[in-house]
Amino acid sequence: MNLTLHVWRQSGPKEPGKLEQYEAKNVSPDQSFLEMLDEVNEHLIKEGKDPIVFDHDCREGICGMCSQVINGVPHGGQERTTVCQLHMRRFNDGDTIYIEPWRALAFPILKDLIVDRDALEKIMQAGGYTSCHTGGVADGNALLVPKPDADYAMDAAECIGCGACVAACPNGSAMLYTSAKVAQLAALPQGKAEAAERVCAMTDAMQAAGFGNCSNHYECQAACPKGINVKFIARLNREYQKALFK
Amino acid sequence: MRILTSSVGRKILMSITGQLLIIFVLIHLIGNSTIFFGPNGINAYAEHLHSLPPLVWGFRLFMLAAVAVHICYGVMLTLENKAANPGAYAVKKNLKKSFASENMIWTGLLLATFIVYHLIQFTIKGTPDIVIGLDSLNRPDVFKMVVTSFGNALISLVYLAAMVMLFLHLSHGIPSFLQTMGWNNEKTIPVFATGGKVISTILMLAYISIPAVILAGLLKL
Repeated sequence: MNLTLHVWRQSGPKEPGKLEQYEAKNVSPDQSFLEMLDEVNEHLIKEGKDPIVFDHDCREGICGMCSQVINGVPHGGQERTTVCQLHMRRFNDGDTIYIEPWRALAFPILKDLIVDRDALEKIMQAGGYTSCHTGGVADGNALLVPKPDADYAMDAAECIGCGACVAACPNGSAMLYTSAKVAQLAALPQGKAEAAERVCAMTDAMQAAGFGNCSNHYECQAACPKGINVKFIARLNREYQKALFK
Repeated sequence: MRILTSSVGRKILMSITGQLLIIFVLIHLIGNSTIFFGPNGINAYAEHLHSLPPLVWGFRLFMLAAVAVHICYGVMLTLENKAANPGAYAVKKNLKKSFASENMIWTGLLLATFIVYHLIQFTIKGTPDIVIGLDSLNRPDVFKMVVTSFGNALISLVYLAAMVMLFLHLSHGIPSFLQTMGWNNEKTIPVFATGGKVISTILMLAYISIPAVILAGLLKL
């Protein structure tokens, strides 16, 4: 199939960017979205033009690197699917596709479709860990975790930190990301000890990094390629209130 | 006082003051509905209420403080949120957000404007449509004042428009305050979303019923 692409091109963080039009010809429906872009880039290179720069790594939907807003939806709008797992069979011959980078104050554009997601790391560094003494490996079942708690924590831990929640949020807020980390650790015995400090430090870091405030639109959950539920935001709010009285 | 400056803390204050305002909306509706009992109902209610000045003034000041906090943080958070999202997508498709959730600041500010007008009208009695008088038992005739004002279709229309704003504001505000307080989970999220719409619809219709009944000529002097 043949497609018309409108791709955001920006040569550097301070440079002005604009949408440029490209034709993707003879695209196979079995190609992934990134493979389609790879082919467009091969043609651009052959023509002596600058290829489209985009983030990618594992290409199996777990690293959270591919970050493109496709036709107005982060990751293209197929439920629980990252860009790398999005296949061209989802599109029709003759379609026009808009490809843009994540847009949020906290995510400056580095080049074309690549943004700097360091702000998410700053939130993690502020409290996304548990403190423990190193030493010998603890016995397997020394610390019992009830199965429902383990399942709950695993659901939160599904977050791959791609930032689609921020890209989708009308407020450029990272509450879904932050809440997934806070809830995951607060649900486990290893994380409970520092739960109060963690929720304060991580939400403060979120604010300091320039993310907006959550106003419960729930666009984040709809765009999340891992289906992280906004119930974790409610959990963060509960943890925060507990911390206020500590 | 991290609650006054932090992202989540200020949202909790928005939520708590919002809940106080919803309680006021309920109390005010119950008080207003005494009009359906005729002049004896609402005039007796108003007289009884105003025979307790410390209570009335205490309540008024408390509500004023709640409104002030709600508006200040509402404006502040909205400005921050606008700044955090440069909003430059050439194409943006929203999957979940609603007209109500998107326009909280505008429905809120319009409601605030209406409240000022409403206070000037019926509390300060400063608008030209107001008829001030005493009823047969020498009580301030609130019944006559309200029936005369709402007899004017334009005044009723303004009131109706304000109640539509109330509906929009609360249809997002009710589920939102529950989420911000953390009183929510996977099962309750859809229940509260529907519940918020149902409750705000009932409140809107109940408030509109007063001018509607007056305009229909069912309540007359």
